[in-house]
Amino acid sequence: MIRLTVNGQAHELDVPSYRTLLDCLRYDLGLTGSKEGCGVGVCGACTVLLDGKMISSCIALAVFADGREVTTVEGLAEDERLHPVQQAFMDAGGFQCGICTPGQVVAAKALLDAIPHPSEAEIKEWMLGNLCRCTGYYKIVESIQAAAGQARA
Amino acid sequence: MIAFDYRAPRSLDETLAILQEYGDEARVIAGGTALVTMMRQRLAQPACVVSVRGVAGLGRIEATNGSIRIGALVTHREAECSPLIQERLPVLAETFRRVGTIRIRHMATVGGALAHADPNQDPPVTLMALDAGVEVQRAGGGRELPVAEFFRDYYESALEPGELVTAVTVPLLPAATGASYVKFLPRTADDYATVAVAATVTLEPDGEHCREARIALGSVATTPLRERAAEALLSGARLGERLLKAAGSAAKTAVDPLDDHRGSAAYKREMTAVMVERALTQAWAEARRAARASG
Ligand SMILES: Cc1cc2nc3c(=O)[nH]c(=O)nc-3n(C[C@H](O)[C@H](O)[C@H](O)COP(=O)(O)OP(=O)(O)OC[C@H]3O[C@@H](n4cnc5c(N)ncnc54)[C@H](O)[C@@H]3O)c2cc1C
Ligand code: FES
Ligand code: FES
Repeated sequence: MIRLTVNGQAHELDVPSYRTLLDCLRYDLGLTGSKEGCGVGVCGACTVLLDGKMISSCIALAVFADGREVTTVEGLAEDERLHPVQQAFMDAGGFQCGICTPGQVVAAKALLDAIPHPSEAEIKEWMLGNLCRCTGYYKIVESIQAAAGQARA
Repeated sequence: MIAFDYRAPRSLDETLAILQEYGDEARVIAGGTALVTMMRQRLAQPACVVSVRGVAGLGRIEATNGSIRIGALVTHREAECSPLIQERLPVLAETFRRVGTIRIRHMATVGGALAHADPNQDPPVTLMALDAGVEVQRAGGGRELPVAEFFRDYYESALEPGELVTAVTVPLLPAATGASYVKFLPRTADDYATVAVAATVTLEPDGEHCREARIALGSVATTPLRERAAEALLSGARLGERLLKAAGSAAKTAVDPLDDHRGSAAYKREMTAVMVERALTQAWAEARRAARASG
């Protein structure tokens, strides 16, 4: 039995030892926002926050998160109001097909929590591990700058 | 992934007792970045996985006399961002910063970086050049061994079943010493190195001669390597560009890289010479700066 707090809600779950945190979120809790891309820690589609720090949930065991707090893309909006990062990705065109977007948005939220007004270099270093095949990254950087209230590049 | 027993002990004694009981059936899990990936790919199928995350006392970074002691559970990101490491051993903070992505650095631990024993990893190379020591515990005893003697083969360290890495102790740089880490990344910024080199240079009081140099190489053999032949060329000699180039040429004859998607063996050998020269040039410049600052 493990205890997880996911997006502010406490859960007690009986999961097998080999369950990944990503599968636990998707299949035990129905939170399918986090995606599996590579499954080996490289692409960032499965990015979630564990006690506020971004990790790859595809290579974390669910038992690894026992007693800790998880934030997924479903936890960013407050009621009907999108998180500023989500709104900025929509306004600035930070996605196309959308498969990478939940991971991008969660990583970007963590960035702005850590560094409210990041430089372009800081954005690029932070977002390095969130791959996107569609946007060419420019629009993602612009979305994050917009969310930080900075003039667009 | 195949099912396994999962244990999450809270104390060091309990951990060591479990590891002794299960012997080579048990695998420690720290950050899990390597172990979970290997279990998903069925490259590892342990009967028992022992999480050390909850073990108190393994997550500290502390200054001891003349060294910094880093607990096995300290994450790469914590090491990179530690004010103590940034101030006293900036080359080590910078090395951790070069590992993969921030997401991986939030998970991967210092103990895992050693025990995983992948010759492509960054931290072991710098730890080897800094002459760090690995603290190892087992039920009823412990030992400390130099990082230079810790690696045996691909994914194989000197750890015996039942043993746990508890910390790494890194000596501070002596006076008039500079250190550097260069990671050659021809593909992507989050890749493993094609060739990696860490170097230290200590100057004699005359500021011209080299008292001691240390060179460690990554990604060019079955383990990280200390390159003692190239070091010997430098120690006692008057430093100059030609000498650093000669050290690079000496290093390239010592390596035995693999052909892979990061480059052919021949290319990696040539780049070893280039990167050794670059690492030494940087370390030498740092050493002169350190000598000026103290003199
Ligand atoms: C996508 C990705 C990219 C990466 N890129 C890089 C890179 O560019 N450079 C780099 O250097 N590293 C990189 N890494 C990290 C590195 O390869 C290892 O995965 C990491 O250092 C292992 O640390 P961990 O704490 O996660 O270990 P775990 O996965 O928990 O364990 C790894 C191994 O070490 C053993 N172990 C762990 N801790 C201990 C201990 N205290 N005592 C005894 N045994 C122990 C385990 O039993 C297991 O065999 C990358 C990893 C991933 C997933
Ligand atoms: S699916 Fe986890 S990082 Fe790619
Ligand atoms: S929007 Fe398609 S991969 Fe990023």
